[in-house]
Amino acid sequence: MAEQIIFYILAAVIATFSIMAVSTKRIIRSATFLLFVLLSVAGLYLILGYQYLMAVQIAVYAGGIMVLFIFAILLTHKPGESAPSKPIAKRLLIALLSVGGLAFCTHIIVHNVSKVYSYSLGTTGSDIKYIGLTMMGTDKYQYLLAFEAISMLILACIIGGIMVARKRK
Amino acid sequence: MNYSQPLELSHVTAWLDEVLRGAMPEFWALLIEYVLIGVVLLTLYAVLALILIYAERKITAFFQSRLGPNRVGKWGIVQSVADMVKILIKEIIYVKKVDKVLFYVAPFFMIVASMLTFGAIPFGQGLQVVDFNIGVFYVLAVSSLGIIGVLLAGWSSNNKYSMVGAMRSGAQFVSYELSAGLALMTMVVLSGTMQLSEIVESQRYCWNLFNGHISAVIAFVIYLISGHAETNRGPFDLPEAESELIAGYHTEYSGLQFGFFYLAEYLNMFIIAAIATTVFLGGWMPIQVKGWDTFNQIMWYIPSYLWFFAKAAVLVFISLWVRWSFPRLRIDQLLNLEWKYLLPINLVNIFVMVLLVLSGLTLTGLFPNVFGN
Repeated sequence: MAEQIIFYILAAVIATFSIMAVSTKRIIRSATFLLFVLLSVAGLYLILGYQYLMAVQIAVYAGGIMVLFIFAILLTHKPGESAPSKPIAKRLLIALLSVGGLAFCTHIIVHNVSKVYSYSLGTTGSDIKYIGLTMMGTDKYQYLLAFEAISMLILACIIGGIMVARKRK
Repeated sequence: MNYSQPLELSHVTAWLDEVLRGAMPEFWALLIEYVLIGVVLLTLYAVLALILIYAERKITAFFQSRLGPNRVGKWGIVQSVADMVKILIKEIIYVKKVDKVLFYVAPFFMIVASMLTFGAIPFGQGLQVVDFNIGVFYVLAVSSLGIIGVLLAGWSSNNKYSMVGAMRSGAQFVSYELSAGLALMTMVVLSGTMQLSEIVESQRYCWNLFNGHISAVIAFVIYLISGHAETNRGPFDLPEAESELIAGYHTEYSGLQFGFFYLAEYLNMFIIAAIATTVFLGGWMPIQVKGWDTFNQIMWYIPSYLWFFAKAAVLVFISLWVRWSFPRLRIDQLLNLEWKYLLPINLVNIFVMVLLVLSGLTLTGLFPNVFGN
């Protein structure tokens, strides 16, 4: 019962702040509301028992990406100004597109939710040791190759970033 | 070997749990326990803040050859209580040209972030609210939320000084968080677990600080430096440099809202000390020597929470010592220190620690009869 109550509270918070994030006219407020959404999603992970995923969600999204967002917004021109309203025709088009997107996503989620559920029953996902071994293993359903490939990609990105940022002498 | 621990608070909590479960269904018993835990944590948070503020003012005064607070009560001991009452009844000033929502939300970010971290600390045997199996990582993750409060406070105040303070604070926090995290990860390599209770348990006969000798000492020093930097204190207080920026990001705040920032700052100092105690100095575990049963028994008579607070108090004192001994850094010196010195040292250090652990050159690996669990 307690879990359900907490779930409904979190769901309400997620829904409210998602809408506020896209409907508010000041960009920095919408970043803050987005942060609330991300934190509530971390709460959902906690209910599911995925503590590792919760901590990653908070560290990466709330602590890392949101700080970057806010920094970037603060450095832009006049971040506190309200954005001008769009004309009616454009708004209708946007509403149509978002309803279409929502329908598409709902379709995919409803069709696949049972598959994900039956798959996740067999794993002990929240154990940090298990996650570590899976990341660094080479057996079936283990990710060493993907992990190394991503690290190579990130290394290439870093070098590329330095090359772009460096002044030519 | 079971030692008698007559003063342990876990006796009280266990008794309370038994009584509640006997008197009502499990759901209500748990609910009451959760509420009680929340109340106790909040009270502890406030009381610790009062003690820390008094200690800081007194110790600072001694460093500067002054007397410090000495009028309210004997040795001015109720001074910070009086200050608390004053701050509670002060008017919260509604500044006109601020971004209303963010201005009022910002202090809560600070206080919630430090409260979330505070809740995960093991204060004594059986005195830990949640014992995640990712304890260290959880602490790092939630403590990073506070910086958002600082950035929002600085920006929403609509004030140049606040803004500059917030930007400095942001740059500082983001950089030093890396070092703090890597230093803690070095110790995770050593203890082989992220669970705070297991980290404490594994230091029964040998603190991690000695167990990992070279690497652990380097990690400890780096953690303390970056911890001071993260709390915007010590020589790293340039986000609120009084002489340049009035008070930095909380210039426009008054009354209880300012109180929130103030409280969070002091508690963050304690939290850094508490985490360093848990990870490096054996947490609440009393000093014990293998085989000396009488000695160990005497040490266990001192309750575990006193051990914890005593160790943390030493680290808090070091923090104050550093704060009043070094001049403030410039922003470029600050960033140089982190990116050019601490971070590379840290990366090498974590590698050395891996080698030490793999080759069994830790103290528990070399002398399992003396230090092993």
